[in-house]
Amino acid sequence: MKRRDFLKLAGAVSVAGCAGTASSKARVVVIGGGYGGATAAKYIRMWDPAIEVIMVERERAFTSCPISNLVLGGSRSMDDIRRGYDGLRRHGVQIVNDEATAVDAAKKVVRLQRGGDLPYDRLIVSPGVDFLFGDFEGYAEAMNAGRVLHAWKAGPQTIELRRQLVAMQDGGVYVLSVPTAPYRCPPGPYERACQVASYFKQAKPRSKVLVLDANPDVMSKGPLFKRAWEDLYKGIIEYRAGQKAVGIDAAGMAVKLEFDSVRGDVLNVVPPHRAGDIAVKADLITHNNRWCDVDWRTLESKAVKGVHVLGDSTLSASAMPKSGHMANQHAKVCADAVVALLNGREPNPNPVMNNTCYSFVSDKEVIHVASVHQWDAGQSTLLPVKGAGGVSSARSELEGQYAWSWAQNIWADMLT
Amino acid sequence: MIPRILLGALLACAAFAAIAQDNAVARSLAATCANCHGTDGRSVTKEVTPLAGLPKEYLVSQMKAFQEGKRPATVMHQIAKGYTDAQIDLIAGYLSAQKK
Repeated sequence: MKRRDFLKLAGAVSVAGCAGTASSKARVVVIGGGYGGATAAKYIRMWDPAIEVIMVERERAFTSCPISNLVLGGSRSMDDIRRGYDGLRRHGVQIVNDEATAVDAAKKVVRLQRGGDLPYDRLIVSPGVDFLFGDFEGYAEAMNAGRVLHAWKAGPQTIELRRQLVAMQDGGVYVLSVPTAPYRCPPGPYERACQVASYFKQAKPRSKVLVLDANPDVMSKGPLFKRAWEDLYKGIIEYRAGQKAVGIDAAGMAVKLEFDSVRGDVLNVVPPHRAGDIAVKADLITHNNRWCDVDWRTLESKAVKGVHVLGDSTLSASAMPKSGHMANQHAKVCADAVVALLNGREPNPNPVMNNTCYSFVSDKEVIHVASVHQWDAGQSTLLPVKGAGGVSSARSELEGQYAWSWAQNIWADMLT
Repeated sequence: MIPRILLGALLACAAFAAIAQDNAVARSLAATCANCHGTDGRSVTKEVTPLAGLPKEYLVSQMKAFQEGKRPATVMHQIAKGYTDAQIDLIAGYLSAQKK
C-alpha cells in the first residue's frame, strides 16, 4: 500500500471537516515565529509534508533573545542575532505577516488584525511573554519618555539600551531590576550584569552596575556568576537581593522599591511577566492569571481543546526554565503529537526534553546549566531526571565556542 | 463482511502504523539532540560533532562513555545520564541512518 493511500484512509477517519486545502490533509496554524513557533512549523512540515502549516508572525524577521546581551556588551551586533524566515518558506511554511487578535476555538478560527479569519484544524500558540506594566507605578509613562527600558525582548529596546550605555558618562550607574521568578531566561539578568560590566571595564571603568533582585538570591548558576563578579568585575557590579521594584520616578531617574528609592543614570527595569497577550485573549490562561497549563505529552492546552501552547507562556513543569532551548524542545514534542493526531496515531506516550542554557560572563567565557526531563506517568508531568544535568565546573572559553555554536545550530534547527 | 482486498489493506495499514509509530518515536527522541548538533544530526558548525551517519554502535558506546565519565565533556556527561538505554538505542539507530 502506498503511503499516500494510507494517509487518505487515515485522513478520512481522523480529519473530518478539515480546514486544509484539497491537496492537504489538514491545516495547522501557528501563532508566533520565535523559538517555539518557528520550530513547530518547520518540524510539522518536515515530518508530514501533507499538512498545511500557516505561521502568523508580526515581525518580518526573527531576532534572538539568547545572545542579545552580547549586543549590550558590544561584542555582537544586531545583525548577528537576526535571521530571515526564507528557510521556513522553503519547507513550505506559509508565513502571514499579521497580528492574531482573537481565537474562536468553537469555530476553529484565528482572527487577524488585517487578514480576516484563518480557519485551522489544530492551533499552536507560541507568543512568548508580555509584561505586567500595571504592577509598576509610572512605568508606561517613563518607558514612553525613554527614561526606562526592559530590553527583555530583543529588538528596538536592545538597540536603545546599548545606545544609552554608550552615551552614559564614565562614573554613571546602570540599574538592572530583576522581577520575581518565574520570568523568561532565569540566568539572563546575571549574564546581562556581566555584559554591561565587561563594557564598563574597558570603556568606562569608574561606572557601576547595580543589580536589584526581587528574588532572595541569584536564580541560576549562582556560585558561578558570583565567582565571575568577584574575579572579573570587582568594584563594578554590586548585587542586592530581595529588592523588589514597585515604581519608576522618571523625573528623578530613580527606581522605587518598597521602602526605598535608588537613583541611576540608565534604568533597566524588567517587569514581571505573564503569557503573551493572545494567550489571554484565547482563554488559555489557567494559573495566577499568568500562565497556561498544558499536557506535556502533546502541549495541548488544559483549558481549550485543539489548541497547543509552547514556550515561555506555559505553566512550567518542575525545574523547567523559560528558555529558547526549552521552547524548541516543546515544539518538537508538540509537532510529533500533532502529526500523530492528524494521522490517526497515538502521540508518543513517553516524551523527553532537555535544556542547555549558556551564559556569557565575559565576551569569551561561558558557563552553562543543563537538565533532562522525562515523562512521569504517576504524576502525569515531565520531571527532571535525578543525577542528570548540572552546571559547568568552571567558566571557560571552550564553552564560549560551544555557546556560539549552539546559537548557530538552534537558529538553523528552527529556521532552515 | 470486509472484502478480502480491503482486509489485506487494513492489515498492511496496521503494520505501517506500527512502523510509523516506532520511527516517529526515534526521530522525536533524536530531535532533542538537534538544538546543539543540528537537524537530524547535521551540525552547521565545526565546533560540534555532526552525528548524522555515524555508526550506531559508535554512538551508543560514546553515550555510555559520557554516562560513565570515561569520555571527558563539558555538558554531554550531564545530558547523557538523562536518557534510558532504550532511548539511546533508538536515537543512535535513527541518527546512523541519516545522510551525512
